[in-house]
Amino acid sequence: MNAKKSDISQAFDHVAQKLRSTLEARNIQDPIMIGIHTGGVWVAQQLHLQLSINEPLCTLDISFYRDDFTRIGMNPQVKPSSLPLSIDDRHIILVDDVLYTGRTIRAAMNELFDYGRPASIILAVLVERDGRELPIQPDAVGLHISLQTGEQIKLQGPTPLTLSITRV
Amino acid sequence: MKKKNRLQLDDNGKLKHFLTIEGLNRQMLIDILDTAESFTSITEQNIKKVPLLRGKTIVNLFFEASTRTRTTFELAAKRLSADVLNINIQASATAKGETLLDMLRNLEAMHCDMFVVRHADSGAAHFIAQHAAPHISVINAGDGQHAHPTQAMLDMFTIRREKGEFHRLNVAIVGDIRHSRVARSQIHALSMLGVEDIRIIAPKTLVPTEPDAFGVHVYHDLRKGLRDVDVVIMLRLQKERMSGGSLPSEHEYFQLYGLTEEKLALAKSDVTVMHPGPINRGVEIDSEVADGPRSVILQQVSHGIAVRMAVMSMAMQSHLTNTSGGAR
Repeated sequence: MNAKKSDISQAFDHVAQKLRSTLEARNIQDPIMIGIHTGGVWVAQQLHLQLSINEPLCTLDISFYRDDFTRIGMNPQVKPSSLPLSIDDRHIILVDDVLYTGRTIRAAMNELFDYGRPASIILAVLVERDGRELPIQPDAVGLHISLQTGEQIKLQGPTPLTLSITRV
Repeated sequence: MKKKNRLQLDDNGKLKHFLTIEGLNRQMLIDILDTAESFTSITEQNIKKVPLLRGKTIVNLFFEASTRTRTTFELAAKRLSADVLNINIQASATAKGETLLDMLRNLEAMHCDMFVVRHADSGAAHFIAQHAAPHISVINAGDGQHAHPTQAMLDMFTIRREKGEFHRLNVAIVGDIRHSRVARSQIHALSMLGVEDIRIIAPKTLVPTEPDAFGVHVYHDLRKGLRDVDVVIMLRLQKERMSGGSLPSEHEYFQLYGLTEEKLALAKSDVTVMHPGPINRGVEIDSEVADGPRSVILQQVSHGIAVRMAVMSMAMQSHLTNTSGGAR
């Protein structure tokens, strides 16, 4: 099953809108946006434009922080994290494509705290699905989706971005 | 060699031990370089550590003195959050008559996960890998005149960073090739990665007995050999060779084979000068060159940490194979 193109652009509009209102409500002026490799970076690239964020887009590869390294081993295609600016006392928007168990976000936050001490972190995801295993909730969501056990939703890209649901 | 290959890789073709470049395919070498590349961003972190090998114990088993190699292995292990034990064998129980195998059994009983081995005998790391318990990975940190594969990989990493690609490069290795485990590993890695012109430049007494087996071009004249090279790797002249009669005096060696700015001018204008260290200033390399703009000798040291992190984490993951999937 493939989601329609219009669903994706609608989802982007939703996240962007929710992010704007969250930033406004918290009175955050100059946030730093960080995308999680690989799908989260694609989503962040577009949100970075849509929200006209000043600071350059940063990227995070959480492979070295995963809690399942000992079970699945390392992906040889790890991309370097790129966080050239100090995140101390800055407001962070952390972006991923799909929020599922919450383990990726936990790993990403662990990694971020090795770079510094941010003032706050806002979590934005294009798709939120059921199946959380950790108490992690998003602040801005493009699309909520419920899947059967054994089903997986995946963002494919970078151009065009498409969502596909597969059975594993 | 087939046997070595089988020993280094697990049933899934993943790296289990890292003993020699021989028997590893090009993709494996590229995976090591790529993984090392991703570890370089850790130096940008306030906390220069990743939790990858938390709870693992790595033993530096050094039967031969070394400062640079041991400290960079130790730093690499610590940046992976492993616990590190440094054992200096000259001062340990083997000196009291304990056999190597007994010592291994004792370290295994302490639940160690990896041995990093430096030994004066060729084949020592291989022997330890053969006899260690199955959950233990062994990394060769230099064995006799045989191999020094992490040094070779950090040199490949440095060349790739400087030059981008390996094809069409002319790489010259200068010095005591015959007795050098570094040169041996470098030649295997360079040719596996596709370097077309590998040159060795040395006096007749320091050329390997069977240079053809390596597929290299041999030069005895430094000036001729340096012509148009992209990369020149200087080897340390081991002073102990001097007494063996295979060499004239240091002064004469420097005249003939020492790298000076004047000789370096024969190479390409963007030539990269490398040296595995420690350098003998005024013997194989002039200070002006070692400290000059073409030298990447200190970058090699930094790269050594990232490459050793890559090799250690790759080897460690192989015996943790449980294929249950990860979750996002």
